Amino acid sequence: MSLLHFAAFSPFLLATIVPFLYKYFRKIHTGWFVLPLPILLFTYFIQFIHTVSSGKAYGQSFGWIPSLNIDIHFYIDGLSLLFALLITGIGSLVVLYSIYYLAKEKEALHSFYVYLLLFMGAMLGVVLSDNVIVLYTFWELTSLSSFLLIGYWYQREKSRYGAQKSMLITVFGGLAMLGGFVLLYVMTGTFSIREIIQSTGAIASHELVIPALTLILLGAFTKSAQFPFHIWLPDAMEAPTPVSAYLHSATMVKAGIYLLARLSPIFADTSVWFITVSAVGIITLFWGSFSAVKQTDLKGILAFSTISQLGLIMSLIGVGSAALHYEFLEDNIYVVAITAAVFHLINHATFKGSLFMVVGIVDHETGTRDIRKLGGLMNFMPITFTLAIIGCFSMAGLPPFNGFLSKEMFFTGMVNVTKMDIYNMETWGVLFPALAWIASVFTFVYSMIIVFKTFTGRYQPEKLEKKPHEAPIGMLVPPIILASLVIIFGLFPNLLAHSIIEPAMASIMPSLLTAGEKYYVHISFWHGWTPELFMTIGVIGLGILLFLTVQKWSKLYGFFPQKLTLNSFYDKGLSAADKGSNTFMRLVMTGFIRDYLVIIFAFLILLVLGTLWVKDAFIVDFSNVASIGVYEIILVLVIILAALMTVLSKSRLTAIISLGIVGYSVALFFVLFRAPDLALTQLVIETISTALFLLCFYHLPELQKRSKKLTFRLTNFLISLGVGLVVTLVALSSHSAKLFDSITQYFVDKSYTEAGGKNIVNVILVDFRGFDTLFEITVLGIAAFGIYAMIKLRLTEKGE
Amino acid sequence: MKVNDLVLQTVAKVIVFMIIIFSIYLFWTGHYTPGGGFVGGLMASSGLVLLLVAFDVETVKNVIPFDYKMLIATGLLVAVLTGLGSFLFDVPFLTHTFGYLHLPALGEVSLATASLFDLGVYLVVVGVTMTIIQTIGENE
Repeated sequence: MSLLHFAAFSPFLLATIVPFLYKYFRKIHTGWFVLPLPILLFTYFIQFIHTVSSGKAYGQSFGWIPSLNIDIHFYIDGLSLLFALLITGIGSLVVLYSIYYLAKEKEALHSFYVYLLLFMGAMLGVVLSDNVIVLYTFWELTSLSSFLLIGYWYQREKSRYGAQKSMLITVFGGLAMLGGFVLLYVMTGTFSIREIIQSTGAIASHELVIPALTLILLGAFTKSAQFPFHIWLPDAMEAPTPVSAYLHSATMVKAGIYLLARLSPIFADTSVWFITVSAVGIITLFWGSFSAVKQTDLKGILAFSTISQLGLIMSLIGVGSAALHYEFLEDNIYVVAITAAVFHLINHATFKGSLFMVVGIVDHETGTRDIRKLGGLMNFMPITFTLAIIGCFSMAGLPPFNGFLSKEMFFTGMVNVTKMDIYNMETWGVLFPALAWIASVFTFVYSMIIVFKTFTGRYQPEKLEKKPHEAPIGMLVPPIILASLVIIFGLFPNLLAHSIIEPAMASIMPSLLTAGEKYYVHISFWHGWTPELFMTIGVIGLGILLFLTVQKWSKLYGFFPQKLTLNSFYDKGLSAADKGSNTFMRLVMTGFIRDYLVIIFAFLILLVLGTLWVKDAFIVDFSNVASIGVYEIILVLVIILAALMTVLSKSRLTAIISLGIVGYSVALFFVLFRAPDLALTQLVIETISTALFLLCFYHLPELQKRSKKLTFRLTNFLISLGVGLVVTLVALSSHSAKLFDSITQYFVDKSYTEAGGKNIVNVILVDFRGFDTLFEITVLGIAAFGIYAMIKLRLTEKGE
Repeated sequence: MKVNDLVLQTVAKVIVFMIIIFSIYLFWTGHYTPGGGFVGGLMASSGLVLLLVAFDVETVKNVIPFDYKMLIATGLLVAVLTGLGSFLFDVPFLTHTFGYLHLPALGEVSLATASLFDLGVYLVVVGVTMTIIQTIGENE
């Protein structure tokens, strides 16, 4: 257990104490006890910047299940450090914000902080783990804690709906991912990511690579809300705003991106990876930004905006993988996509975190998030307004904020796609910059909607629940910090370039570097009159036009039928699955024993006949058959007649007596086949059971006594014929194919010398196999006591 | 209407003893000729059933004041103890032995511990059959 392990597990440790702190220090907001931990962790992780930027990685291992090669190996390289800093840094700010957001008196704070700390620990585990099984464990823990946080206000129907939806979708992906990891293990024989990366060459040619890739991509796409799995994210907005800011903008939804970036070295060589990741990313980008414009809820807009920005990062990671194919190219133009991905990841976390906090403030101070009710808040909330402007302009990609820089690089990456000459990109490549550009226009429009619909325009006090005023300072500090980061990273992007971005890129694309070499990133504000700049100018121009006319064209959204949305597919699919399984169960589980017997016998026939057929086991060999005597023929005829009478008889009495005839004939068979003990027993037992049958018959209720003939059912007839046929076939075949001699001779030889008896049957029953007899008489005893208990104990009649 | 079944009752009184003796014979010679605890037990209970048919349940209960449920337990106990007895001689469970005894009246007799086990079977079968038949017979 090293300090690194302790650091990663400390949120879990603190989570165990939080309820006690909540209970015994009711006067102090529980959040204050939580706040120091993420700050401490942040400072702890900051120390690693030096190690990591010099190209080294730091790792510590701790045995968990060594016999299965599963150990908790945490290590820090550029990528995990970036994420660890995001998690702890934004975590601190979110905790601070939540202290002012959640009221001490009304909310169940202990639950909130326990869930939040669980999530923080799980997320740190995800980004630090080297072992894929450990990674998966933490991954599911993030799903679970996210589920708990979304359903925090569990009294609300919509919270529960959102929590369930996100749970179903992310756990579906998580399980798929586990399958992918297991396939990776099958291919490489190790669970360690870095060891898997060592054997990339072997994986690429392995036949399981495509299934593994698909399953892992499913996991990443569901977690990161990519098309068409993005539908859970807007519904997750029912969570408290600090949760939305933390989980659903900055950290958890980036777990999928982390996973793809982490596994890039393994899969990026394949064409499936390039096409799927970039195409899904760009579609998500477009669809998210397109859908965001029609939202009226501020958090809804931000949710779709998050979806689209995640798509942006995803497509950059996909396009960046092209760099591997042009690695010998001087000044590899595709590397810029990875730089943009990492840079935008940081930028998105800063501005989206602050925007969620801003929206939370508006909600908190006015009582609504509906943009149709809001307006003219500028004068009441000047600081919040400023923060919103910074966040939104950065999101829209305007200078001088950091979003502008990453958007320019994004355009560069997408324009470069058109220069590709692999994977049919000569023809399809042009779609990438086109879609990216259109999506950016929509991004610009919804960013402007957030700012101007909320803060400018007509003030409508009659629609608001409270009189708006500026938020308390504690609530403003976290978004102020994030917004200043937006500006700082915008003005001095190279602060990040050497310390964070370069090491992160080295983790994503290690194979492009020779030993000792480093990526060199220099982000410049002004890069000349490039196509990207004109694209940005176009975005702004068309964006302003669209924003001003939004009232006119937003009716277009109405044409899209509600029935065809993914949400309605999800809801319909869920209820159809529900109904389908209900119907199926009602069909199969009828409650009638006769139906179950039909199923059981039908399976018997199918399985036994199928096995005989497949194994080619039909053997009928009469060479080993004894001669048939007259008595046997007569007895068989008697039994057949009695059996037919049993089945066809009209009255039950006839059936019982015919059954008795069958029994006595069997006893006669025993006599014929020289089994005197069996004959004796069979005679007595048959007598007793016939007497018992008669007793049952005598006690039948009057109403049911109508003697009527059995009705004929074709299925039953066929199935009984089938069972008879199958059993006969098996008996014939097994008789014809005796593999070994019988062991009877042993008993014949030994019964007198070893057991001192001449009746072999009895000697076997009490001596050679007395153990069976012991339990058979126990069975008899249990039956007797059972009958006694059933008849004597009638509690229900006495009403006791 | 009072039914006078004098013939049945008188014959039953005589026959029962013959049946019981036959059942003991079946049990006792089971090791050498067809028979044994199971058939013997059934035969003995069929004798008792004859009594039940000739007289009523209460009379038979008074004449033979057996709790047949105890008979089941005793039989199981005898069988299990026979099995456990082999532990005393450091051999596996239910290992039987046999030998020849010279008894004063009967001369040379072969005895097997398996017969003790069979006695357990006999008692259980009598107990089970009689419990079932009596319980159902008494049931209203």
